[in-house]
Amino acid sequence: MQIGPILTALRRHRVATFLIALEIALACAVLCNACFLIVNRIESMRITSGVDEKALAYIAVDGYAPEHAGDLNARMVAGLSALPGVKAAGVLNTVPFSPRQFINGVTTDPAGQHYDHIANMYNGDAASLRMLGVRLLAGRMPTQDDYRPIENNFEPKESMVLVTRSLADALWSREDPLGKEFWCVGFHFRVIGIIDHLAIPQPEGRGAGTEEFSVFVPVKPENQLAGTYVIQAAPQDLPRVFREAVLAIPRIAPEVVFDHEDSGLVSDLRERYFRSDRSMIGILSGVILALMLVTALGIVGLASFWVQQRRRQIGIRRAIGATRADILRYFQTENFLIVTLGILIGVLLAYALNIVLMKVYEVTHLPVAYLLASAMVLWALGQLAVLGPALRAAAVPPVVATRSA
Amino acid sequence: MFAYYFDLAFRSLKRNKALTALMVLAIALGIGACMTTLTVLHVLSGDPLPQRSGSLYYPQIDPRDMVDYGPNVEPPEQLSWVDGMYLLHAKRAARQALMTGGMVPLQPTQSTVDPFQAVALYTSSDFFPMFGVPFKYGTGWVDTEDEGKARVAVISASLNDKLFGGKNSVGQVLRLQETAFRIIGVLGDWHPNPHFYEWYMGSYASDEDVYLPLTTARDLKMEHDGSTDCWGNSGGDPEHLETVNCTWLQFWVQLDTPASVADYKSFLEHYSQDQHTAGRFLRPPNVRLRNLMQWLDYLQVVPSDTRLQMWLSLGFLAVCLINTVGLMLAKFMRRASELSVRRALGASQRALFGQLLIESGVVGLLGGLGGLLLALFGLWLVRQQPADYAELARMDIAMLLTTLIIAVGASLIAGLLPAWRACHVAPALQLKGN
Repeated sequence: MQIGPILTALRRHRVATFLIALEIALACAVLCNACFLIVNRIESMRITSGVDEKALAYIAVDGYAPEHAGDLNARMVAGLSALPGVKAAGVLNTVPFSPRQFINGVTTDPAGQHYDHIANMYNGDAASLRMLGVRLLAGRMPTQDDYRPIENNFEPKESMVLVTRSLADALWSREDPLGKEFWCVGFHFRVIGIIDHLAIPQPEGRGAGTEEFSVFVPVKPENQLAGTYVIQAAPQDLPRVFREAVLAIPRIAPEVVFDHEDSGLVSDLRERYFRSDRSMIGILSGVILALMLVTALGIVGLASFWVQQRRRQIGIRRAIGATRADILRYFQTENFLIVTLGILIGVLLAYALNIVLMKVYEVTHLPVAYLLASAMVLWALGQLAVLGPALRAAAVPPVVATRSA
Repeated sequence: MFAYYFDLAFRSLKRNKALTALMVLAIALGIGACMTTLTVLHVLSGDPLPQRSGSLYYPQIDPRDMVDYGPNVEPPEQLSWVDGMYLLHAKRAARQALMTGGMVPLQPTQSTVDPFQAVALYTSSDFFPMFGVPFKYGTGWVDTEDEGKARVAVISASLNDKLFGGKNSVGQVLRLQETAFRIIGVLGDWHPNPHFYEWYMGSYASDEDVYLPLTTARDLKMEHDGSTDCWGNSGGDPEHLETVNCTWLQFWVQLDTPASVADYKSFLEHYSQDQHTAGRFLRPPNVRLRNLMQWLDYLQVVPSDTRLQMWLSLGFLAVCLINTVGLMLAKFMRRASELSVRRALGASQRALFGQLLIESGVVGLLGGLGGLLLALFGLWLVRQQPADYAELARMDIAMLLTTLIIAVGASLIAGLLPAWRACHVAPALQLKGN
């Protein structure tokens, strides 16, 4: 196949060629970046919570008198534990994917002149820590003495805490974090153990790498932490157990109001938390599909026009010896050249778009793989779209050459 | 002439149905996607109080210590109790209200309704007249009730429907957190969107059930929800929010003239300077006084996903239009011989150009109508989404007209190049070819 004649022909149709190439270029830019955004969202949705999601449910209630909080805790824990199917129940301020978040600036500077990082403080009793099922990488779990009373409705004045690997790395980089100290508005924390994963309740939108900036503070809830509980059951029983627990609450504690919005199976909370990401993925996929469709239709339309315009020339070529395959290949090669031109412009546009997106959203540089993949898809799409018109061109009989237009 | 061109356009479009359908479909898809996202953006970035927003201002001062201090740092988004109460009682603006949101357990006296968490706003008396809140029954409370920590409540129309079947409930008792409140007012239709005055409970469609005096809520230690930003070593103990170094209150003022805005700003600066001299504010005076729309802009209430969707759909529309330009070019060039005949019979280039543009306008109109249907479908899809603004995504007359204008305008622009090229055919050459 000679490219020369094709280029000569295209030069006579500069405007149409350029339009198709521009369309391919725009499609390429949008396709790369939309796919990249989709993959980013999917990755953020696959975050490891670090807890046994399928076996845990979170129950939040309000409306009790603060001075009776300790009493409420005792009744709730006893009442929930007694339900059939419940393996354990404990007091815990929040769980991953819950709307309730307890984020605080923490600092390794005793004078507190600056904040290093923002971390979520999980406050819970011994039962809740056992249920979370976090995995210890180094150090030790809290002992009975480490569960201390909370002050000022905030934290124990001196806490012995577990921190996640990622927070420890961020605070002390390469140093051994065990035994290290940090502060938060005058409250003191000492690290006794490192856990591999524990996501903060609302992991998105706080910056890459901060998804697991969590601290587990062992506490004695008493009157200062109440109204939020975690229950554990076998995964297959959990939905039923949770429903029964919700029904049992008015009996266990008639004075409280159950918080429907914030409570739920941890797996359901996760599902709810990522709902908007899922809908965004749907929208992006829809845009990609529509874009592909419109681009393909554009190619079909213009190629059909060209085939019709060149019927006579095709007939002449056929009459002087070109085979059907030659004609078919002519249009396929022509399309390949136009799409390639489009992709070349598209790469520049894609990077420009990526730079704009980086300014506004938490996205990184567009990896080259996306460009390659988009190029492949567009080449394939172009070939597919041109196939129909090209086959019609190949079917033009040589006799056309003898007729006048 | 115009009618004749329309007739010609329709004939020509009918002649090549597949190509026409492709063009109309491309424009309809582009316009549909674009108008869906533009309508959502239009709804979300709207003015919540069109008549009043120009005179409503949100004062900010900076009471923090020197930790993480830098030049051009924005003051906190909220006020502490001490500063909020000072500004409230100073009454330097025409009206002013201090507020925060919260959830309060509501224990209905009606046995048919289960206890539930009501969305509450704790505020001060000027809230109602300042924002022009409509009342169906009764009124708001007055200054003396703020001072006296009165157990009075104003409830929303929907709560009134739920508890009292829509009847006048003024004077009835409402039990909140085991305390009896007397209902003194029932609101009418009041759904400002964005929910500008209190944004932590959700920026959209987050109407309150009950409105209580802020002083009363603090007296009963009602929980406040939203952000509590603290500095220094005090911690954010919710029991002592009146004294701690935390900002957790929102404050709005009504300033009717430019002079009063300038006065209020200098008042804020003087207050900050005095507090700085007294050693309470460690930072030098750092104040802001944004009006309602500037404040919404600063908060970036419109979700970033919505903006992304709008840009995506604009990109999509661009692709669709380029596509249409290509197809129109093909269509017009194919009619070179017909156009030559018209030229030979005396039609001017301008007349041909006009005729072809009208043809593209007709394509645009058809595409716009298709796009309108698609946009209505798209908005229906948006309403199925879990976002808090989903219910608001509806098309209004302005957006409907915009849709058609954009569609026709875009297709006319798309038709310019093809029409210009087609009307420059050399008639003699084409006629000879035939």
